[in-house]
Amino acid sequence: MGYPHKSHPRETPILSKYFGDPEARTLEGWKARGGYKALPDALATDPVAIQNVVKESGLRGRGGAGFPTGLKWSFMKIGDGKPHYLCCNADESEPGTFKDREIMRWTPHALIEGCAIAAHAIGAETCYIYIRGEFTEPIAIMERALEEARAAGVIGDNAMGSGKKVNIWVHRGAGAYICGEETALMNSIEGKRGNPRIKPPFPAVAGLFGMPTTINNVETLAAVPHILNNGPEWYKAMCLGSPKSNGSKLFSVCGNVAKPGNYEVVMGFSFKEFLYDLCGGPLPGRKFKAIIPGGSSVPVITIEEAEQVKMDYEGFMEFGTMLGSGGVIIFDDAQSMPKQLARLARFYAHESCAQCTQCREGTAWMTKILERICAGQGTFEDLDTIFELTENMTGKTICVLSDSCGAPVCSGITRFRGEFEALITGKRSSTVAVG
Amino acid sequence: MSHGPSATGGADIQGAPHGHHDDPHVPVFTAGSAPRAKLDDILSRYPTKMAGLLPALWIVQDERGWISEHAMKEVGDVLGVTAAYVKGVVTFYTMYHQHPVGKYFIQVCTTSCCNCMGAEDVVKAFLEKTGCGELGLTSPDGKYTVIEVECLGACGFATPIMVNDDFVDSVSVERVPEILKKYS
Repeated sequence: MGYPHKSHPRETPILSKYFGDPEARTLEGWKARGGYKALPDALATDPVAIQNVVKESGLRGRGGAGFPTGLKWSFMKIGDGKPHYLCCNADESEPGTFKDREIMRWTPHALIEGCAIAAHAIGAETCYIYIRGEFTEPIAIMERALEEARAAGVIGDNAMGSGKKVNIWVHRGAGAYICGEETALMNSIEGKRGNPRIKPPFPAVAGLFGMPTTINNVETLAAVPHILNNGPEWYKAMCLGSPKSNGSKLFSVCGNVAKPGNYEVVMGFSFKEFLYDLCGGPLPGRKFKAIIPGGSSVPVITIEEAEQVKMDYEGFMEFGTMLGSGGVIIFDDAQSMPKQLARLARFYAHESCAQCTQCREGTAWMTKILERICAGQGTFEDLDTIFELTENMTGKTICVLSDSCGAPVCSGITRFRGEFEALITGKRSSTVAVG
Repeated sequence: MSHGPSATGGADIQGAPHGHHDDPHVPVFTAGSAPRAKLDDILSRYPTKMAGLLPALWIVQDERGWISEHAMKEVGDVLGVTAAYVKGVVTFYTMYHQHPVGKYFIQVCTTSCCNCMGAEDVVKAFLEKTGCGELGLTSPDGKYTVIEVECLGACGFATPIMVNDDFVDSVSVERVPEILKKYS
């Protein structure tokens, strides 16, 4: 199935196979679709052995950073006598990204099984699923599914009769993009302002409540049962590009495109075929112009560049951008890049937690400059100032929100300088990409 | 991640002429009450009391529609933290209302992905048709408050909005009257 479109024959629906199928939401329905097959075995397996299977599979974090999941799990020292915690990051707030929402809406038990396996693999008895406050529907669906799983003894103090304790709870956020940053997320669960923490210590050493903690994205955890059921080789073999990027990946597609929605393809898929075939190309009478391929925090590329990309971690990096969260934002030739980038900068200015000066002042200043340019009151020096500002905002703060503001803006100015210059000189806005 | 209602133009400070008050404050978490039982159940999931803060604030907002300074003090007393600490947390998260809002609190996503699909026109339509006129102001009949919100995480379904706890996606200018009819 698919949602909101039928699955395209060239998709590889593993996580998205039951999107749009309301019966998959119930415990019984999920079991009938092959769910909860991996968990009983996993609970009877040594945690380190599970870590190794996930390591071999090549699974990398689907939240944006792409860190190898099995390796992350192996940082948790099993048997150190401390309580361990698993946090599932369902804060999904990166503009352009809406894949975790669909996983939770349609296949909540897939996430529960993934959480339970991961908790066991890192020696945790408690998992918190941190869901952004605005996701009222996914929260209600997850709560219902968790209650069902608890009542059936799938999770709880004696999960599946294994004698193992796996408790999973939903923790609702309350409106803060920054809480998707893992250390801010932990602070938020602890009942604090969502300010990111300085690392080190890393969460695996001192995380939630000061205890060893692993934070994984929804999509990452939902992939785990499939890896255990089918074996690491199966997952690793799903690879059309770089051998360092394996498995299937959900891409959320939005903006000026014929068929926005979620698409699941094997890593390394051709971006050109993805955009024109799966997503149906541009809207009638329009042309694609610019693409932010991995959520709003990654650099913008031109459609000419995008058409050459292979959709995996390395493929996007080759063109100076990133796969990120897989949130593909498309702007067509009817859009003003200065306007859209100014709007994005405003997003970061609004969401800065304001701890670090470079970010608090930088994001606001950058927004001011961009809005000035859009209002026809910009100067050429303004463009230089943005680059200088970005240099001071990159790699100098506690978290990467600050870097994330500069990335799309500077790449946008570099690639669509003509549009900015046209606004500065008062000429008609150019829609031609340069550079 | 809303931009928050700006209507009161000031803090809910004691004695402030335009601040909102809930005098006398009727406690939310009285012994034996349903909210208290709900909070106690939630607290059993965490090793610290403070971790119950966000859930406790949600309970207050569900019960009262907003979180007054008195309520912040009450939550602080229940969880063993100061009222000032609670306020520090409340002010960090944009979904907690520090002032009363309209019966229907409408949040329209206008971040880039929705912006390029016409979200600004949707905002204008809501402001006009609700009689709010301006972002953050409540309509004269007390029914609506309209604000812009940063990315609601449903970018492929531009433009998503929230009406209180209801999520409505694929909202166009044309659909605004029909939505307001439902929430009237």
